[in-house]
Amino acid sequence: MADPTVRLTGVAKSYGAVRALAGVDLAVDAGVCLGLVGHNGAGKSTLMHVLAGTLAPDSGSILVDGVDRTAGWSVAAAHAAGVRCVFQELSLCPNLTVAENARVFHPGLRGLGWKRRAGRLIMDRLDHMFPGHGIGAGDTVGDLSIGRRQMVEIARAFTVTDAPARLVILDEPTSSLDSVAADQLLDAVRHATREGIGCILISHLLGEILAAGDRVVVMRDGSVVADRPAEGLSRDALVEAMGSVARPDAGAARQTADRAGRAPMASAATRDRRGREGLTVTAGKGEIVGLAGLAGHGQTDTLLRLFRAAEGRRVAGVSVEAPAAFIAGDRQTEGIFPLWSIARNVTVRSFPAVRRRGLLDPDRERALAEEWRRRIGIRTPDVANPILSLSGGNQQKVLFARALASEAEIVLMDDPMRGVDVGTKREVYDLIRAEADRGRCFVWYTTEMEELVNCDHVYVFRDGGVVADLPASEFTEQKVLQSSFEAEGAA
Amino acid sequence: MSDSRPVPALPGRASLGAAAVPRLLRAILPGLALAVILVAIFILQPRAMSYFGLNLLLNLSIPIVFATLAQMFILTVGDLDLSVGGMVSFVATVSVTYLAEQPVLGVAILIGAIALYACVGALIELRRLPAIVVTLGMSFVWFGLAVLVLPSPGGRAPEWLIALMAWKPPVIPLPILAALLIAAIGHIALMTSSYGAILRGAGGNARSIARAGWSMLRVRMTLYALAGFMGVLSGLSLTGITTSADSNIALRYTLISIAGAILGGSEFVGGRVSPIGAVLGALTMTLAASFLSFLRLSPDWQIGVQGAILILVLALRALINAWSARASRRRAGTAAP
Repeated sequence: MADPTVRLTGVAKSYGAVRALAGVDLAVDAGVCLGLVGHNGAGKSTLMHVLAGTLAPDSGSILVDGVDRTAGWSVAAAHAAGVRCVFQELSLCPNLTVAENARVFHPGLRGLGWKRRAGRLIMDRLDHMFPGHGIGAGDTVGDLSIGRRQMVEIARAFTVTDAPARLVILDEPTSSLDSVAADQLLDAVRHATREGIGCILISHLLGEILAAGDRVVVMRDGSVVADRPAEGLSRDALVEAMGSVARPDAGAARQTADRAGRAPMASAATRDRRGREGLTVTAGKGEIVGLAGLAGHGQTDTLLRLFRAAEGRRVAGVSVEAPAAFIAGDRQTEGIFPLWSIARNVTVRSFPAVRRRGLLDPDRERALAEEWRRRIGIRTPDVANPILSLSGGNQQKVLFARALASEAEIVLMDDPMRGVDVGTKREVYDLIRAEADRGRCFVWYTTEMEELVNCDHVYVFRDGGVVADLPASEFTEQKVLQSSFEAEGAA
Repeated sequence: MSDSRPVPALPGRASLGAAAVPRLLRAILPGLALAVILVAIFILQPRAMSYFGLNLLLNLSIPIVFATLAQMFILTVGDLDLSVGGMVSFVATVSVTYLAEQPVLGVAILIGAIALYACVGALIELRRLPAIVVTLGMSFVWFGLAVLVLPSPGGRAPEWLIALMAWKPPVIPLPILAALLIAAIGHIALMTSSYGAILRGAGGNARSIARAGWSMLRVRMTLYALAGFMGVLSGLSLTGITTSADSNIALRYTLISIAGAILGGSEFVGGRVSPIGAVLGALTMTLAASFLSFLRLSPDWQIGVQGAILILVLALRALINAWSARASRRRAGTAAP
């Protein structure tokens, strides 16, 4: 039997303390479409970047046609070996035309008449894969709709000049396509595999995976946990495989207080990308509300809408009854002020409280910061130290202190625990619960399933809208996965 | 790839035509600005409408066109070059000293200047430095070198250079001939060559270019070297016209080149550039200065009027953009089910 086109063995990759890939084995044969599924942080994207040559693995090997190519594996080597990647974020040059973008992909398209040849190359593919696409070779990509850009990007991955296309990786390729184009794409994938091209299809639409895939690989926590033929596989079995083995302990499951008759402090109606109305997120006094689902499906957007409404701006479908504070997840770019002291970083949200005669009063500032250092356990000898002297987890605590020290009664959290150590997490969970018991209300977007057990209500997002509202008593990981991965049309 | 596949009728094409109209308007805006100011000058001074008049009017445009092209190559990758004026001044001082007296050494220095430009590009790419800071620093280096080469105004340009710039070609005045030639070469290099597409793509989405296996280092060095080459041509043509030089002869070129490139349709975001537009923008900037003297206004107003023209054209461009955005929103609105 022939060697698989590409085989990964024992590929591992860590980002600091976070293990993104823990020794993955994966083989893709010629003419096989492999469906790849997994929840947030399962390691799919990292794995794809390793395959495409944009990330070097810490250990493990990459074999092409049975030959070890780990040393010197790069973007150029991957391209020469016929590995093509359509990344989730669009990677066309918006200022170039469709034909010029095809040229970017093919170093061999040069010399007189290259524009014509590049145009014909990409248009042939587009006509083949997406009949009736309505795109011209001379159109500037920036002028095209998102869906058409995605078509160009996908078609480009299948074009062939000097290097063959042997393995095409499609990361959420249908996310911006309408249903007609999505069906065309799946047909094209099946057609390509019949011609002997291997495909890896990553999608959160399990129906798609089961329809187009020959084999389905499930990833969880950086490892492959299941690798089965698609035939005879059911959606439920896939969802089952994606969940973690560890059950949340029964004691942690919270009893949800009856919501009837209480006015919510904040509520936001949701609507998915196709304009269908979703459920409404509501949060009442003393409640911790979790926003779940796959990353980038509208959770942050909902938090921002709530925040804008709390600032007094009018936002359609959102009502907020109390001041709100926002805790950013991306600490470095939107959370901390890197040049300021710890104290100033804590009090920046509460300047009115530490002001005297219109000027900041250093004593009050210090007192407020000192109080929160004690209450939240920020590990520093002096709050006047620069914020960067703290570890990541303690910097995150400062951001919590900033929100909690303010007058805000609603705290919006945008996946704030990314890359925070377990000990700190536990402390913060307790703090959130204590503050909720005092009457504050938390809206908490998290990508980590375990954190949802701390919530009174969990709203699951898909495609921008809320598709499920699970009170704590009904919350299970299974249900969250089930809702996040619902097949197209089932809703 | 089969050539025989018939091109299918494309139902969605019609809607794209609407995006082409504002783009066309944006593209003719630089030409329009030049035409307006030219007509205004002809009305004020009909004698300018002659071979001799145009030659006189556009005499100083050639070095400005080159400097604007230099700036445009830097804008291609989304950077900004604040050292154009310094570089051109340096080249001017070298061409009235070394190039006139020891041609071999002079040429070597000019080639070295281009290489230094490419190195600046490499430095910016490798160390991920903000170009605006690096080139600001380089502008002092260039001016400093210029003072070292020529401490006091003077020198004499090589005779061949003076003769070249004084050449009177038949029918078309030299500045116009030069502008046409430069626009054509720039257009071919950046807009129609296959590597030009990569250079522009790097300004639009550098990551995508890198992911396709292209070296961003090579891209930046190429663009900076091209800019350096244009700077050398600018300095040479300038001394050919003035016949002598001064260490800060091209002080104003930095800002004029930025204004000319932007006027010609380039944008600061990178990737959106137009060599033909840059040439037109440079000509407009040159004429704006002459326009004042025809109005018998003090030359002190020159910078102000150049600024006013820039603001006017940018405002028109913003209007066109707003209009096309509104149009596309309306289209999207009607297309939704």
